Amino acid sequence: MKESTIMKIHYGTALASVGLVAVHILMRLTTGFSDSLSYENVLANYQSIPYVVMLELILILLAVHGFNGLRVILLELKQGRVYEKAVSYGCVVGMIALIGYGSRTIIMTNMGMS
Amino acid sequence: MTQDDNKEGIKGMANPGRYGIERIAYLLMRLTGLGLLGYFIAHVYETSNILRGRMGWDEFLAMTQTTEGHLFLVLVIGMCVFHTGNGIRIMLGHGGVGVGKPARPDYPYDPASQNYRHKIGIYSSIVLAAVAMMYGMAVMFGE
Amino acid sequence: MAQVSSIAEEQAPNPLSASKSVLLRISRFNPETDESNKFMEFSVPYQKWTTVLEAILDVKKHFDHSVAVRYSCRQATCGSCGMLINGKPRLACFTKISELNSDVVTVEPMNNFPVIRDLAVRFERLFDTHHKIKPFLIRDDTELESNEKEFLQSPEELENFIQFANCIKCGLCNSACPTMTTDSSFVGPQALAQAYRYVADSRDKGKDSRLDIIDESHGIWRCHFAGSCSQVCPKGVDPAMGIQFLRGYLLGFRS
Repeated sequence: MKESTIMKIHYGTALASVGLVAVHILMRLTTGFSDSLSYENVLANYQSIPYVVMLELILILLAVHGFNGLRVILLELKQGRVYEKAVSYGCVVGMIALIGYGSRTIIMTNMGMS
Repeated sequence: MTQDDNKEGIKGMANPGRYGIERIAYLLMRLTGLGLLGYFIAHVYETSNILRGRMGWDEFLAMTQTTEGHLFLVLVIGMCVFHTGNGIRIMLGHGGVGVGKPARPDYPYDPASQNYRHKIGIYSSIVLAAVAMMYGMAVMFGE
Repeated sequence: MAQVSSIAEEQAPNPLSASKSVLLRISRFNPETDESNKFMEFSVPYQKWTTVLEAILDVKKHFDHSVAVRYSCRQATCGSCGMLINGKPRLACFTKISELNSDVVTVEPMNNFPVIRDLAVRFERLFDTHHKIKPFLIRDDTELESNEKEFLQSPEELENFIQFANCIKCGLCNSACPTMTTDSSFVGPQALAQAYRYVADSRDKGKDSRLDIIDESHGIWRCHFAGSCSQVCPKGVDPAMGIQFLRGYLLGFRS
C-alpha cells in the first residue's frame, strides 16, 4: 500500500474517532461517573445495538490509528529492511489482535454470555 | 561520535528547548500518542472483565476506582484533549492551511509557516487539555 | 608620513568599537584516530561585527592551524560553513558573535551529517537526496523546439516558487530536523522543499514523477511539521511551508 494511502487512513480514522470517542465519554457523564460504570449500566450499554456498533467502530478506528502511529514512530527510530518489515507486520498483527480481543468482549457481552 | 553516525538520536528528538513551542508540540504529540495507545490497550483489557460477571467486573473496577486510578484517568483526559487539538492543527497544516503564502523572503527571514495561527493552536490545545483535566478531576473527585 | 599616521589612527582604539573577548570552544574530532570529540578553548577578541567564522579563522591563524573548517564565500551564499553554534545550526559567516549574547561560543559539527574532521562534515547524502527528487525542469519539449523563444512565466507564477529557489544547500534544515535525528533514510527537508520548488514551477511537467519519489515510507510523510527546518534556514526558504504544500498535492487539496 502506498504511504499516502496509509496516511489518508491515519487522518480519516483520527477525525472519525474524535466524534465517536466524545459520545462515548459523554455517556459516562449522563448518569454520574461512578454510576455509569456500575455492572448493570455497562451491561445495558453493551446490549444496546447502536452503542455496540459505536464501540466496535471506536475499537477499529483507534486500533488502526494507534498502531499506525506506533509504526511511524518505530520506523523513524531505526532503519533496516528486516527491522522495518518486522515493525510493519508486527503493528498489523497487534492491531488485528486488539480488534479481535475487543470484539470478542463486545460480541459475547451483547449476546448475554457474561 | 563516529564517522558514519553523527546523529543526535532520541536525545535530540526529546530535547526541544532550542526550537520553540512547535518542537515542544511535536514531542508532546509523540508522548501523548504513545500514552493513549498504551491506555487504549489497557482499557480494552480492563473492559473485557465484564465477561467475568458482576464479581469480576466489580473486583477489577475497585482496582481502578482509587485516587491513583483517578489521577491516571485525569492524565489520560489531558493527553486525549491535547492529542486531538494539536492533531487537528497538524492536519490542517499538512493540508497547507494556515502555513502562509510563498513570497520573496526579506531579512531577518521570519518563516511564514511558523506563524501566530499555529502557535495559538498549540497554546489552545494545552489550555484545553488543562481545562479538561480540571473538569475531569471535578467529576471524579467531586462525587 | 601622512599615510603612516593615518594607519596609526585606524589602529588606535576607538571607544565605539572597543574590542571585547569571547571564549571560543571548538569541537575537535578526527574519526580516524579519536574515540570521541573533545573541546579546545580559545580566548578570541571580537568586535561588534565579528562573525563566528572570523573568530575560527583567527584561531587557525594565531593558535592552531589544524582546526578543520569548510568555508568559501563568507557572505551566506555558498552554504559551506554550517555548524552548530551554541547548540543551534547556523552559518558561521552569517552569525555575529555579538548577536549571540554570550561570553562563551561553542562550535560543533552539524548533527545528522557524518564528520570528516572537527567542524567539517560530509554532504554526500544531502546531495544524493537533492539529486533524487530531480532538481531540474522536466518536460517533453525544449525551448529550442518551442515556437516561443523561452517559457514565459507571469510574476505571480514566479512568486509561487522563487522563495524555495533561494536554497544554498547548506544543510542547516537537515541538521535541525527532529526526524533526521534518528531516521537515516528520511529524504529530509532540504530535498522536499526543492521538490516543491520544481512542482510549483509552472514550466515544469514532472509533478507526478516527483510525487511518486517522495511518497514512500521514508519520504514526505515522515515530516511532522515541527518547523525547526524553517527556523534555522539562513535564506528564508521556509522548507516547512513547501513540504506542507507538497503534501497538499498528495492529499488531494491541490492539483
